[in-house]
Amino acid sequence: MKITEDMVDYISQLSRLQLPAEEKTAMTAELERIVAYMDVLNTLDTTDVEPLSHIFPLKNVLRADQVAPSFDREALLAGSPAGDGETFLVPKAVE
Amino acid sequence: MELYELTALELAQKLHSGEVTQQEAVEAARARIDAAQRSNNAFLTLTDPAPAADPSASPLAGVPMAYKDNICTRGVATTCASKILEGFVPCYDATVVERLTAAGAVSMGKLNMDEFAMGSTSETSHYGPVKNPWDLTRAAGGSSGGAAAAVAAGEVWYAIGSDTGGSIRQPAAYCGVTGMKPTYGTVSRYGLIAYASSLDQMGPIAKSAADCAAVLDLIQGKDPRDGTSLDAPAGGLLSSLTGDLRGKKIGLPADCFGQGLDPEVRAAVLAAAEVLKARGAQVEEFALPVMEYVVPTYYIIACAEASSNLSRFDGVKYGWRAEDYEDLTDLYCKTRTQGFGSEVKRRILLGTFVLSSGYYDAYYKKALQVKALIKKAFDEAFAKYDLLLTPVAPTTAPKLGESLTDPLKMYLSDIYTVSVNLAGLPALSMPCGFDGKGMPIGAQLIGPALGDGVVLNAAHAFQLDTGWHKKSPKGGDAQ
Repeated sequence: MKITEDMVDYISQLSRLQLPAEEKTAMTAELERIVAYMDVLNTLDTTDVEPLSHIFPLKNVLRADQVAPSFDREALLAGSPAGDGETFLVPKAVE
Repeated sequence: MELYELTALELAQKLHSGEVTQQEAVEAARARIDAAQRSNNAFLTLTDPAPAADPSASPLAGVPMAYKDNICTRGVATTCASKILEGFVPCYDATVVERLTAAGAVSMGKLNMDEFAMGSTSETSHYGPVKNPWDLTRAAGGSSGGAAAAVAAGEVWYAIGSDTGGSIRQPAAYCGVTGMKPTYGTVSRYGLIAYASSLDQMGPIAKSAADCAAVLDLIQGKDPRDGTSLDAPAGGLLSSLTGDLRGKKIGLPADCFGQGLDPEVRAAVLAAAEVLKARGAQVEEFALPVMEYVVPTYYIIACAEASSNLSRFDGVKYGWRAEDYEDLTDLYCKTRTQGFGSEVKRRILLGTFVLSSGYYDAYYKKALQVKALIKKAFDEAFAKYDLLLTPVAPTTAPKLGESLTDPLKMYLSDIYTVSVNLAGLPALSMPCGFDGKGMPIGAQLIGPALGDGVVLNAAHAFQLDTGWHKKSPKGGDAQ
C-alpha cells in the first residue's frame, strides 16, 4: 500500500493536525513502512469470521435513573485553559 | 535490612505491629526518592502524603505507593506526560484511587510514562525519559516506566500502572520487579485517561506476586461508573496463594521461543519452566501460530481507538492551549500539533487512516476479524492448559535512544505481550534472571479469563523457590 503526502494531508486534516513539511515527509515514509507491515494480515483468510469488537459479550449496560450530585462547575472549568466561571471560552465560531 | 528492601506486605506487617510508624515509612520513601529521582526521573509530581486515616483499613494500609500519571487524582496534576495536559488538575479521583485511599494507601505522587502511554521505553514523555535503575544508560521500559523504576529503586513499595499492550509487564521485566495486568473488566477504568478503551487495564507493579495479589484484592470489583466493568467475584487473591502447582498444566507456545528471541532471555525463561515443573506442574510445548499476526492486529485496533479517544484534547476542555490562533479550527489544529509529541501524532494518524472511508474494511474490520481468531486460539490453548509461560520481551532493556529511531522495530518488541490484551486475559511478569550485562529478564505467565488467581499462585510458587524478585539495583539508587 503506497502512502502519499496527499493522503497524509487528508488524514491530518481529519485529525486536526498540521504537520510541518519536514515532519510530513518523514511521517509519510514511516506510515508507509508500518502499513506495509500491517498488510501481513491479508495473508490470513477471514471469510465468514465475525469481527470481534468486545472481548466479553457485554450488551448495553442499563440501570434505573438515579439522582446524584454533579461535579462543581467551577472545579471542572478550573482544569481548562480558558473559562469565565460559567463556560469554556473559545473563539467565535458562528458569524 | 533497610525498609526499602522489604516487600509491601512485609512493611505493612511492621506498620501493624507498631515496629515502624507511618511517619518513618513515608520518610524512608522520601529519602529514597530524593536519592534516586535526579538519576532515574521516575516521578513527574511529588505530593505531601496524607497519613492513612485508618491504619487497619487493609493489609496494605499505611504503605507508601504512587500512581502512573494517566490516572486521575483529585487536586493533583495529571499530565499523561504530555504537554497538551500541562496544567490539568482533575476535580475527581479515579475509582482505583478512591478504593486505595479508603484502604489506607499513602500516595507519594505521580509517575512518569510514555506520552499517553504510547511507547515501549518511557522515552516519549514530554518531561524527559525514565532511566533504568539497573543501568542509567538504559530504558526502564514502557509505558509504565516510572512505576517500574520507582519500585525497583525502592522509592515506593508498589505502584499502579496501566497496560494496553504490555505497559505494566514489559517495564516490570526490564526493571526486575513483578507486574500484573488483570483480566479486562475486573479493575474499573473510571478515571484512567483512555488510550485504547477495549484493551486498557490498570494493575499493580510491586516486588512480589503476593504484593500484587494484595493490591488487586483492593482494586478489583464491579464499578457502575465503568460500563465495561465485569460483575465477577473480587477479593481473596492473597489468601488463596498456596504455592501448590501439583496437577497444573503449563503450555509453552513454541512460537514465542523462536526467531528474534535473545538466547539469554530464552534460557532464563526455560529455566523458570523447570522451577515450575519442580513444584509439581506439567510443562509442555505447543504451537500458537496466530502469534505472527498479533502485533499488526494490536496496532490497528489500538491506534484506531486512540485516534478517537484523543480527539477530546483540543485546547478547550483540558490543560494547555496554543497561543496565536485565527479561529476555532486553527485553535484545535495548533493546540494538537504543538501539544502532542511525534509518537502520539503517528498513532493518531495511523488510527485515522485505518478508520477512514475506503480503508476501514481492509484494515480496521480485518483486524477485528483477526482478533476473533486470536481469541479462539487462546480459548483452544486454555482448553488444554491452565497457564501459558512466555518471555515478556525479546530482549532486556535497550540503550536509551535506540528505540525512538525506528518505530516499527519498537512495535515489534511488543510481540509477547499484546496478544494478552487483545484476548482480555490476565498475565503477570516476574523476574527470572539476568543477562550478561546485568540486566533483569522477565518471564510472563498468562491465564484464562478470570484466572487471575491461578496466574498469581504460579508466580508465588516460583518466588517461593527463587530469589530473583528480591534483588535490588546496586545501592538501590544505582548512582
